[in-house]
Amino acid sequence: MTLRDLVLVGHGMVGQRFLEALFERPHDWRVTVLAEEPRPAYDRVHLTSWFSGTTAEELSLCPPSFAEENGIDLRLGDPAVAVDRAARTVTTRSGAVLGYDALVLATGSYPFVPPVPGHDAEGCHVYRTIEDLEAIRAGAERARVGAVVGGGLLGLEAAGALRAMGLETHVVEFAPRLMALQVDDGGGRVLRRAIEELGVVVHTGAGTQSIETGEDGAVRGMALSDGSSVEADLVVFSAGVRPRDQLARDCGLAVGERGGIVVDEQCRSSDPRISAIGECALAADGRVYGLVAPGYAMAEVAAAELTGAAGAFTGADTSTKLKLLGVDVASFGDAHGATPGALDVLYSDSRSGVYKKLVVHPDGRLLGGVLVGDAESFATLRPLAIGGAPLTVPAEQLILPASEGGAAGKLELPDDAVVCSCHNVSKGAIRAAVAEQGCASIPEVKKCTKAGTGCGSCLKLMGGIVSAELQAAGVEVAKGLCEHFAHTRSELYEIVRVKGITSFARLRDEHGTGLGCEICKPAVASILASLGNGHILDGEQGALQDTNDHHLANLQRNGSYSVVPRVPGGEITPQGLITIGEIARDFGLYTKITGGQRIDLFGARVDQLPAVWARLVDAGFESGHAYGKALRTVKSCVGETWCRFGVQDSVGLAIELELRYRGLRAPHKLKSAVSGCARECAEAQSKDFGVIATAEGWNLYVGGNGGMTPRHADLLAKDLDRDTLIRTIDRFLMFYIRTADRLERTAPWLDRLEGGLDHLRQVVLEDSLGIADELDQMMARHVETYQDEWAAVLADPQRLRRFVSFVNAPGTPDPTVRFVPERDQIRPARPDEDGHVLIGGTSLEVRSR
Amino acid sequence: MTETLTFDAAVAVDVDVAEPVAARTRTAVEIHDGQHWVQVCELDELLPGRGVAVLLGAEQVALFRDPADGLHALDNRDPFSGAHVLSRGLLGSRGPVQVLVSPMLKQAFDLDTGRCLDEDTAPDGSSATLRRWPVRSRPSQALPDGVREP
Ligand SMILES: Cc1cc2nc3c(=O)[nH]c(=O)nc-3n(C[C@H](O)[C@H](O)[C@H](O)COP(=O)(O)OP(=O)(O)OC[C@H]3O[C@@H](n4cnc5c(N)ncnc54)[C@H](O)[C@@H]3O)c2cc1C
Ligand code: SF4
Ligand code: FES
Repeated sequence: MTLRDLVLVGHGMVGQRFLEALFERPHDWRVTVLAEEPRPAYDRVHLTSWFSGTTAEELSLCPPSFAEENGIDLRLGDPAVAVDRAARTVTTRSGAVLGYDALVLATGSYPFVPPVPGHDAEGCHVYRTIEDLEAIRAGAERARVGAVVGGGLLGLEAAGALRAMGLETHVVEFAPRLMALQVDDGGGRVLRRAIEELGVVVHTGAGTQSIETGEDGAVRGMALSDGSSVEADLVVFSAGVRPRDQLARDCGLAVGERGGIVVDEQCRSSDPRISAIGECALAADGRVYGLVAPGYAMAEVAAAELTGAAGAFTGADTSTKLKLLGVDVASFGDAHGATPGALDVLYSDSRSGVYKKLVVHPDGRLLGGVLVGDAESFATLRPLAIGGAPLTVPAEQLILPASEGGAAGKLELPDDAVVCSCHNVSKGAIRAAVAEQGCASIPEVKKCTKAGTGCGSCLKLMGGIVSAELQAAGVEVAKGLCEHFAHTRSELYEIVRVKGITSFARLRDEHGTGLGCEICKPAVASILASLGNGHILDGEQGALQDTNDHHLANLQRNGSYSVVPRVPGGEITPQGLITIGEIARDFGLYTKITGGQRIDLFGARVDQLPAVWARLVDAGFESGHAYGKALRTVKSCVGETWCRFGVQDSVGLAIELELRYRGLRAPHKLKSAVSGCARECAEAQSKDFGVIATAEGWNLYVGGNGGMTPRHADLLAKDLDRDTLIRTIDRFLMFYIRTADRLERTAPWLDRLEGGLDHLRQVVLEDSLGIADELDQMMARHVETYQDEWAAVLADPQRLRRFVSFVNAPGTPDPTVRFVPERDQIRPARPDEDGHVLIGGTSLEVRSR
Repeated sequence: MTETLTFDAAVAVDVDVAEPVAARTRTAVEIHDGQHWVQVCELDELLPGRGVAVLLGAEQVALFRDPADGLHALDNRDPFSGAHVLSRGLLGSRGPVQVLVSPMLKQAFDLDTGRCLDEDTAPDGSSATLRRWPVRSRPSQALPDGVREP
């Protein structure tokens, strides 16, 4: 087969989607991609999350192996500079000349910068690429006040980012309201108030007249058309975008009056060998779309066209739903009531910052609407407005809060309502996928219909339809994690891993509902931690942890905490024992030896924890993770070194294992032990993973459990040498972490595992799933990045802030945490007992008999 | 025999926090104690989705900032355990209701009404509904601890 040459210009979001669509189909194209940016396509929609720590790699939309696997010649940093249509060649900046049989332009847009005096001064920025954000961040370090020109979607995102970096922030918008394109006056007012409450100063109805600069040529402020001025040393222009159609203009393709490469419904330009897709195209319906979903639809059409299939792009829904600076904003359908005779139904509660407007036709159909502050009902209302079916519930009930008798949740969508507008999939098609094609889960329905594979905003709604349909068909619906996620923990783990999600908020927005709860928040926090996302108390993760993880200690019945330093393998020096004893004595703590061969210190108030740990860390101790769903201890017997029967150094191995796996976050706690011979004094066969020495090496047992439902561990492998043993445990643990349910210990997990022990053996010893490398790498990363959580807390004033009894009286101990003496130590006072408060650490009388 | 333990001053850890960036507009959080609005902290000190404990006279209040930046002030005492720990609970939702979940035995309380969604009464027979305090946020300059407005 001779291959034809296809050149794609622009590797942005739409370009990447085009490649994916093309390579899904049988075709005869040899593809070259010319990319201007220094990196492959990334998720521009979530660009702002870069400021909050999402890395460029995590934003990437193009897996590292994508180009190679598909034989694509991807040329980064080498943009196209000219097209010769007669010769059918493209010239790149580096001088390469490429012939083409088909040329696809996906060059996107550029930010429009109003040509006011000073617009290119030092300190002026735009907001489109990762490099732009890098420049803004560098500039913000030296700046005090930031001003954003443009109060649209991007402008408000930029303003949020500046605020988060600690700048005093102004937004200057020419129109009389914020987000003029999406919301109406009422919605704009509510949005404005919400944003001002966050400390952003909003100027509407004001144009930027000039940028003032200082003697050094750097930005000092700007003059506005209303005569006022804003002092600022950093300016971000976000005053709209313009299609990048220069290349097309230069080679004589038809472009629109206001820009954009003219294309037909098949996305072909005026030269049939050249297509244009995404933000650079002026679609057949006469519009340039600045959203990703229509771009994706064009990419699909162009790919179909180039592989001999049929497709047409006739226009797209521009509904949007976003969260700006924490405020939900959505608009859909005819949001401005442009349809003749359209009527409004309004709900506005400025106390709680909620504004909702529905636009209805006199005949009762829903035409569109605006939601600010509470956009929960967006997923249901949008398809109704787009589908134009008559409402089955009075419109006013759709916008009332549920507590006031609102009924948006009860709404039934008709079968022809479009649920996924990215891929134009109706409710009926989703139901048919379940009822007729036998799809039994969201992933299957996604595969079969493509619904939910674009922006993802329809996933919630889809979830509801799929489970209702499954239930109707009498299929038992797989139980999700909780009411907020229809996925199991292991499904969520895969989603987080594959999509590179780093926050609960994003996972919930894309795959869940509601605000989360005590079940899903810690479970997701644990997944994020397992996948190595920094200190567990940082940023949003800090809000997900239950109190034990939040305070890195174990909450006890009277509100005090217990503290467990790590004692690897249960081996401790006399000096270590003395130090722990001294600390316990000085703080008046109750001490007890645990079953895991370490020492538990009880009765510390939350405000004492840092002081207790400062002493422990000073003496060389580190967190024992008794509070976390993580490795607890690796017990050991003294083994060969002392014991007459021992055949291997069980203590040495136990210490090595404990140090290797310390801090590893898992679906549940993990316990382990190492015995020095078959007499099994360390009780390794009652552990999640246990090791017993043999004359030749080590036997590895997994899936054991003590506690409420004891289970004897299964022998996974015999007579392993040290390296193989450790590699096998690495894979066992990572495989468990990846596939277990929330709070599922290894014992029930192994019982449930399809194929049981044999399957497990094949996975970890024979790599039957081809994932061993990945599991090894994940463990290597864990080992490399481990740090003691308590040492890290003590080093960071920000993290220490949470360790006070009272936010408004940091020095005051909690007077309700009281103790009485018992058997020469303390215990919590019962409600009917008086008890003592341990002021400033200690002064409790013990031994007062 | 009586033995009194002494506190080793050398171990005190400095929990003071560096001043926030000077340019930032400050927002103070105030709780109404029945007579006055009392400034208790700055909004910045509250992590969305989490709470802190506040000492309001002799009473303990659990103060929360929800993910949408709404503020809620409720009793810090958990009626089921008697421990003053509710400020350390997690926020979330049950159906349409925003809830606070006790860190002790995981009962859920409606943030807006204080009502317990799991049980009506505590083990000692008292009501399981939490008291609520009015709370607001306001721009402010500096924030001396516990200062009252006239
Ligand atoms: C901060 C931000 C937030 C956004 N939020 C949303 C949102 O919430 N919802 C939504 O729907 N949309 C959003 N968008 C818009 C969305 O990102 C765009 O619609 C989408 O990226 C368009 O894809 P594209 O491939 O057409 O253009 P782009 O993603 O811009 O890709 C075009 C690529 O082509 C390259 N290029 C240009 N000229 C050449 C050349 N001559 N040679 C080689 N390469 C070239 C460019 O460098 C660029 O890499 C947001 C955009 C930004 C910046
Ligand atoms: S398990 Fe074997 S080596 Fe270890 S203490 Fe018991 S008898 Fe000794
Ligand atoms: S609406 Fe975007 S993926 Fe379905």
